[in-house]
Amino acid sequence: MTEPTVFQLSSPGRHGFDVPASDVPDFTLPESFVRQDLPLPEMSELDVVRHFTHLSQKNYAIDLGFYPLGSCTMKYNPKINEVTSRLPGFANTHPLQPLDTVQGNLYLMYTLQEWLKEISGFAGVTLMPAAGAHGELTGMLIIQKYHKDRGDLKRKRILIPDSAHGTNPASSAMIGMEIVPLSSDARGNVDLEALKALCDENLAGLMLTNPNTLGLFDEHVEQVIQLVHAAGGLVYGDGANLNALLGIVRPGDLGFDVMHFNLHKTFSTPHGGGGPGSGPVAVCQKLVDFLPDPVISVVEAGTEEVAPLYGYAHPAKSIGRVKTYHGHFGMLVRAFTYIAMHGTDGLRDIAEKAVLNANYMMHRLKSTYTLPYNRTCMHEFVLEGVWKDLPGIHALDIAKRLMDYKFHPPTNYFPLIVHEALMIEPTETESLDTLDAFCDALLKIAEEARTQPELLHDAPHNTPVRRCDELKAAKDLVLCCYPLEELQK
Amino acid sequence: MFTPHSDYDVEVMLKSIGIEKLEDLFKEIPERFRFPGLNLPPRMTEMEASDELESIAASNGTTKDMLSFLGAGAYDHYIPAAVDMLLRRGEFYTAYTPYQPEISQGTLQAIFEYQSLICTLTGMDVSNASHYDGATAAAEAVILAWHHFRGKRGKVLVSRAVNPQYRQVIRTYMQATDNLTIAGDDAETGLDPNLDKFIAQIDNNTALVLVQYPDFFGRIVDYRPLIEAAHAQGALVAVAVNPTALGILTPPGEIGADIVVGEGQPLGIPLSFGGPYLGLFAVKEPLLRKIAGRIVGETVDVEGQLAYVLTLTAREQHIRRDKATSNICSNQGLMTLASAIYLTLLGKEGFRKLSNLCYQKAHYAAGEVSEVPGFSLAFPDQPFYHEFVVRAEQPVDEVLEHLRGHDILGGYDLGEDYPELKGCLLMAVTEKINKADINYLKGALSEVDHD
Repeated sequence: MTEPTVFQLSSPGRHGFDVPASDVPDFTLPESFVRQDLPLPEMSELDVVRHFTHLSQKNYAIDLGFYPLGSCTMKYNPKINEVTSRLPGFANTHPLQPLDTVQGNLYLMYTLQEWLKEISGFAGVTLMPAAGAHGELTGMLIIQKYHKDRGDLKRKRILIPDSAHGTNPASSAMIGMEIVPLSSDARGNVDLEALKALCDENLAGLMLTNPNTLGLFDEHVEQVIQLVHAAGGLVYGDGANLNALLGIVRPGDLGFDVMHFNLHKTFSTPHGGGGPGSGPVAVCQKLVDFLPDPVISVVEAGTEEVAPLYGYAHPAKSIGRVKTYHGHFGMLVRAFTYIAMHGTDGLRDIAEKAVLNANYMMHRLKSTYTLPYNRTCMHEFVLEGVWKDLPGIHALDIAKRLMDYKFHPPTNYFPLIVHEALMIEPTETESLDTLDAFCDALLKIAEEARTQPELLHDAPHNTPVRRCDELKAAKDLVLCCYPLEELQK
Repeated sequence: MFTPHSDYDVEVMLKSIGIEKLEDLFKEIPERFRFPGLNLPPRMTEMEASDELESIAASNGTTKDMLSFLGAGAYDHYIPAAVDMLLRRGEFYTAYTPYQPEISQGTLQAIFEYQSLICTLTGMDVSNASHYDGATAAAEAVILAWHHFRGKRGKVLVSRAVNPQYRQVIRTYMQATDNLTIAGDDAETGLDPNLDKFIAQIDNNTALVLVQYPDFFGRIVDYRPLIEAAHAQGALVAVAVNPTALGILTPPGEIGADIVVGEGQPLGIPLSFGGPYLGLFAVKEPLLRKIAGRIVGETVDVEGQLAYVLTLTAREQHIRRDKATSNICSNQGLMTLASAIYLTLLGKEGFRKLSNLCYQKAHYAAGEVSEVPGFSLAFPDQPFYHEFVVRAEQPVDEVLEHLRGHDILGGYDLGEDYPELKGCLLMAVTEKINKADINYLKGALSEVDHD
């Protein structure tokens, strides 16, 4: 059933919030600035609450069911995070308060920086970037400035494997780097020969997601990093898939120079229907001076009786500020809570169970769906959503049919190097029963593809809306409660 | 902690995979680095973590414990209870980006309504689904303008009265763009609300002019002459707004702005030490295909039912990769929802009243403060909204320290960002401050020399 918009639900004279009366004398805004018209909706509080509750019921969510979106790490978001991040002592602090009034916030941020360094094996961390892509931009600016600072001005080339997320080339292009795609070998690793051919004095760096988006740990990762370093380049690690590595291996130990974290993937901060994320960036020792300004540090050492004073430090060669204030603090509180509740063993348990879950599913499905890279996978794996003898069935049909079984589909059509990709990441928080139910559904759908293909073509059947006309949306643009033609008049 | 596996489950799964132990899954990891044994504190139970976090939070001083006149880009407004109660619905906050429209209509319609509310508020034609914050939205406006002229116009003029952090972020984003000069915010051009010196720098090499409304000091300036001058040179104009002020001020869309950016935090989002907030971004129709970020549009499903989808995705990184308009891959999803609920609850009359209330109280406060000997308004003749600059005869750090003794956060010391405003304090007043609070502030200020 269609839910009207807030503008359609509006009725003159209603209001949902009682604004206090003024207790001061009247002042008049100069007439030339006075706004004539403000046609916001008029609704009662109950109507507003019902409207948005109705909308919420049209969503699928982790709290409702299995959400195996590859590379998105849709793990359970612990409820305690929502309580701690809203504590009045955090929620009611202004970002520009004097240092001595926000020592709790600064202690938390400093400690989180230290924990992230320990988990990843790097020397410095900034918590400022707002999301993964924002972290990439930050990291690439650091790499660029490092070369520039050394007077190494011709290094503009960034190598990006063909399996990478679209944000990698977009982030590098945004700062004027020259993007060169790097092919993968038959086992899904970086093609070493192709890499060697591109390692010269123009190389600025390599952006590497490891495990990559096929869910595979690069078997030559050390060699890849050595080749880039030998040519004078730096290696950027896309931390999208860090969930597989917690307590298993530290990217800094492997030789990566920079890496971003996705706190909204690895450290359970909720995805919020598309954001806010949080994308801290870690760097090796020689890049610490280039971090965004400021970083949180101890400005006065403590003693046995007195706690240290935390404050802001200004890295000497900083790339500058990448957003206002100190990053997505509310997300940092959630990630802190999550890490505190796991400790060393708990973090390793996360990675082990994430990888166990993925391999279990892969083994259950690989005789029915084509598995293009048949190796032990890490936290995710990629199948082909297509069969040679069934040309009419596509990954999209399988994805949509899964909705009828009350599952969120896997990521589809990504990575681009797998034909009709279905990219499945179960995460560690799902039980064997859930994994089995999902595998059963996928096996059943494979059967339906042969016996009742229309069930796939017409899917989904029982969702709030059915397949949507995306071409119409892009052609007859309606981006606002009033159509564009009306605007143009 | 949140892994549901029993020992028996693990055994069944390992057997099914055909391996003996969990360690066997990690043979591809270089052995010398495998299982590093992290040095982290012992894990806490939920109860212990809850205590620990409460104790950390309690060690802060907050805007509830103190009377706060801090603004400078983040404002302490009352947030109706319904806003957060709705945000806590797991169907909203544990959902991903709405790439599968059939099972994401809730998020999609909420963003569509957010876009519509922002267009209504700003007087613009099209809003995206948001950027990270006001500063990054401003930087995206600069990038838009740069691409709009295909790099052929090499100058962006940014007013010195734009939030200093926005200007820093713009410079960070654009540091690698050769042939682009960012100008207009130097001390020489200055802070005079008469914009002649600033306008004089607009030429046919100018891609974008960025101003703030009200400006960083709370001043309301008539930008019409500036916008006319910019358009006469073919340049685009971006206006950074405080959305609360638009409850009573003429919206930038009506005075000719091409782009509106802004910090959406005042619309129902807690201060939370600076984030997560909400980057507003809206344009006039001719620029619609140049916007970065997600946009939701209306369509129909196969049964002809009204539906919402992410649209114009050909601009975005997951399709265009290095040719995308931006690398942005998220929006401030839950924050757009908060602001949509907030604006709907306050509604047509409520939002105007609230906006006006901030104006009234700030003007009362400014009058009272400037009556205290040793304090005066730095821009006494300039209309302002809910923030104003106070010049103190005593050093600002001493004034702030004295006020702290009275549990007052006195405002933002402007000396560091603006050498010409050394000795000045930026004070903000929202609806949460009442007359008695202002009188208490006045009393405390009157005692400054007695310290």
